[in-house]
Amino acid sequence: MLRGAELQAIYVMWLRQMKRFIRSRSRVIATIVQPLFFLFLLGSGLRAAMIPGMTGDYIYFLAPGLIAMAIMLSSMYTGVSVLWDKQFGFLQEVLVAPIGRLSIIIGRTLGGATTALIQGFIILFIAIGLGVPISNISGLLLTLVFMVLIAFTAVGFGLIIASKMEDFQGFQIIMNLLIMPLFFLSTAFFPIATNPVMPSWVKTLSFLNPLFYMVDGLRGSLTGLDNTFPPIFDLLIVIVICSVMMTLGSYFFSKSEA
Amino acid sequence: MEIIKTENFTKKFNGFTAVDHISFTVKKGEIFGFLGPNGAGKTTTIKMLTTLLHPTEGSAKLAGYDIINERDKVRQNLGVVFQDPALDTELTGRENLDYHARMYGLNKDTRKKRIKDVLMLVDLEEKKDVLVKNYSGGMKRRLEIARGLMHSPTVLFLDEPTLGLDAQTRRAIWKYIKKMNKEENTSIFLTTHYMDEADYLCDRVGIIDYGKILVIDSTSNLKNAVGNDVITLSSSELNKLGKKLEKEPWVKNIKQHDTFLTIGVKKGEEKIPVVFEIARSLEIKIKSIGVRKPTLDDVFLYFTGRSMRDEEPENPFKERVRIHGRR
Repeated sequence: MLRGAELQAIYVMWLRQMKRFIRSRSRVIATIVQPLFFLFLLGSGLRAAMIPGMTGDYIYFLAPGLIAMAIMLSSMYTGVSVLWDKQFGFLQEVLVAPIGRLSIIIGRTLGGATTALIQGFIILFIAIGLGVPISNISGLLLTLVFMVLIAFTAVGFGLIIASKMEDFQGFQIIMNLLIMPLFFLSTAFFPIATNPVMPSWVKTLSFLNPLFYMVDGLRGSLTGLDNTFPPIFDLLIVIVICSVMMTLGSYFFSKSEA
Repeated sequence: MEIIKTENFTKKFNGFTAVDHISFTVKKGEIFGFLGPNGAGKTTTIKMLTTLLHPTEGSAKLAGYDIINERDKVRQNLGVVFQDPALDTELTGRENLDYHARMYGLNKDTRKKRIKDVLMLVDLEEKKDVLVKNYSGGMKRRLEIARGLMHSPTVLFLDEPTLGLDAQTRRAIWKYIKKMNKEENTSIFLTTHYMDEADYLCDRVGIIDYGKILVIDSTSNLKNAVGNDVITLSSSELNKLGKKLEKEPWVKNIKQHDTFLTIGVKKGEEKIPVVFEIARSLEIKIKSIGVRKPTLDDVFLYFTGRSMRDEEPENPFKERVRIHGRR
């Protein structure tokens, strides 16, 4: 049951994230500069390159991948930032308040998702400005659904990491050893399944990669170019992944600080 | 009326007993203190009473509510100032207070009024819109105390409220604690390993060591238990003199340290000549002698058999590290 106080708590958690985001100027700047950097340098550098399995401009291919990546990294960071609160003791202050753990998780997730979506939208607008084609209006709406789902999934994943770890070193290791390879296998930067020169085991690996369905779905709904599966199929899989991650994240978070 | 009542309260971490079957009560309106060295189980007790940790055994009630089965009621009735600062440093002082109040379900008007009240109490009105990361250590502590009071809790927990603060700031914090105890009529449960702090602030003190409460009483009663006066003396052949004095009927207690003896007595001034007499009869030369009123140091020594000053140098992270290690 959500009482008034619980709604207030969710709001406070969300508001806190927003204030922190807006106040950390470096993060705001990085949010805008990093995707620009990727889009312009990587996009224009590889614009004329012929990449097998790809039609049209490289920027058209890259933009959906970058949107997914930005949302994912930002949301994951929010989930993991529970570690900061743990280290700086702020988590205790929240945990002794007469509010449910679920409200804390919901508020945090919404806050993280909001900041991540802001970043996602910035890239989306820049991409559209650079001429990335949009398939149609319903596709654009489906794009938004994918962005939200990606954000929630990544916050859930971040919460799992934060609950299982005591400091940030472990997070760095996970980023380098797990997340980066998963990104490369997600078709965010280059095509895999439609690419005839890729060995078949890489294709198999990419199909086992949860990130693949997020990137593929986002690409399918936004531009409708070079996606492997129909967006609806990706959507179903992403909904399942998202539910699993959020459930596990909430479970581990509520367990970790008994 | 009892604000806190525990029975056989116990916490074990992987076989290590941090809090060992303690039973005590805290009365309405009083300042109650746990005095003990680092790792004695003070913080663990607070964590259990504030619903952050589950007791392994035993039960406790806070403001009449069971800490296990009525958690939300308990949480509504308590405020805490943790040993380590628990503020969001990226927010302003006012925001920290406001967010806290929202989580406790205070409406807009009450929030405004309370923020004003508690900021006034700790003299931080002028700094309310400054980011907390720009606060000094003493200001942070004051803000935390103010925050703990925001929702007018029945009892406020203070875990080592002046740890790591300079002497002047400590005095100021003590003043605020006394003030809020009086003005807000808040019962206070505090832990400390500073004798002077317990002595100055507490109405009653529980001495805790190795997870057990050794004694609970008012500070004056505790000191009386040691003797009205304490004689400290150093001499040659300390051992011999100590053994002899031990048998004297007027000696309430005696303790031998490395280079001196402490003797609890009544009417200390009249006993000094007697001590000299005895020493002379043994042909022992007294190097120095003095008489003073007992401190909580003497009390601690009396009940635990060791001085808190014998402890290793203060390390504020010790207890915390140990708790983390046990998880």
